Amino acid sequence: MHEMSLCESLLQVLEEHAQRQGFSRVRTVWLEIGTLSSVEPEAMRFSFDVVTRGTLADRAELEIIDVPGEAWCMQCSKRVVITKHFDACPDCGGYELQVTAGKEMRVKELEVE
Amino acid sequence: MMCMVCGCGEGGIRIEGHGHSHDREQGHHPGHDHDRHYHNRHEHTHDYGQGPAHAHAPGLSQARMVQVEEDILGKNNQYAAANRLRLAELGILALNLVSSPGSGKTALLTRTLDDLKDALKLSVIEGDQQTANDAERVRDTGVKAVQINTGKGCHLDAHQVGHAIETLQPETQSVLFIENLGNLVCPAAFDLGEAHKVVILSITEGEDKPIKYPYMFHAADLMLLNKIDLLPYVQFDLDRCIEYARRVNPSIKVLQLSATSGEGMTSWYQWIKAARQLALIGR
Repeated sequence: MHEMSLCESLLQVLEEHAQRQGFSRVRTVWLEIGTLSSVEPEAMRFSFDVVTRGTLADRAELEIIDVPGEAWCMQCSKRVVITKHFDACPDCGGYELQVTAGKEMRVKELEVE
Repeated sequence: MMCMVCGCGEGGIRIEGHGHSHDREQGHHPGHDHDRHYHNRHEHTHDYGQGPAHAHAPGLSQARMVQVEEDILGKNNQYAAANRLRLAELGILALNLVSSPGSGKTALLTRTLDDLKDALKLSVIEGDQQTANDAERVRDTGVKAVQINTGKGCHLDAHQVGHAIETLQPETQSVLFIENLGNLVCPAAFDLGEAHKVVILSITEGEDKPIKYPYMFHAADLMLLNKIDLLPYVQFDLDRCIEYARRVNPSIKVLQLSATSGEGMTSWYQWIKAARQLALIGR
């Protein structure tokens, strides 16, 4: 259940930006979560509710933006879309893939007051 | 008590010999309010258009958008980078050992320490939720060790490891083993500042672990297939296991060994020594 500690880190990010950018409440958090990151969006929502209780983000909405997985296929010399780390290249069927996107866990933007 | 290094002043994570304890979980979720999970996700109103963005009129709730573009693990990654820098300056090779519980990780480690302690300077950071049993097993070999108890936490993070390094004071040009918690999920996401993650999989566990827990096998540079002395007694397809690991991570190196019989351990030691040479060259 590392989503719990990810949410604690997320809360730290919010608190730091609250100081730096001068806001006291967070209403909505837009979070980019890659398909290949080790994050389960539902666990993230649950943890977010629990962790933010009584904080500046109490009852804030969590909007999760899915970032598709993408890899460079060595064989085909091109970018391909993958959904899991052990997917084969959809074109050549090989496993010589280097992941280029989809591992994101980023706070993109906030709606604050 | 406020920590002098990073200013942390939280109160359940224990690091042996470290003056304060951390509990990131306390305070953030006291009590359990079930109503909370059922709130209407759209109960609040968005009042865009009540004035120019970034304006704030007293008494008026003014929502505005703020760009953040920050990695959730940014903080951990900063601590990890600081650890990596400190380790590089001291010429220390740090290896983050990860596995499921029961893979024989601690037995593999203590055997390694026994066999290498005359040739190399060694030290160990032990991570477990509770007890200092593993650090004591390590100290029985004569190698210095510090135990981190994560309390409820399921992985080590770079902040805890930074403090543990401070307490442990590993020698220059030494090898530091960090034994992570027995967990193939969470430790994959947390960089500790190590040179390599080394994943240990025992052949009593099932050959499909690399695709069941792909994140960890993707993050590791080396896979140690442990307990190969038991190969005649278990159903385990070695080739398939290695093939699965390479699907997830085409560049992963694989060594087969047994910490009990000693078979294959020499290759592991050669790998450690080679990695250490690289760490020294890179200073």
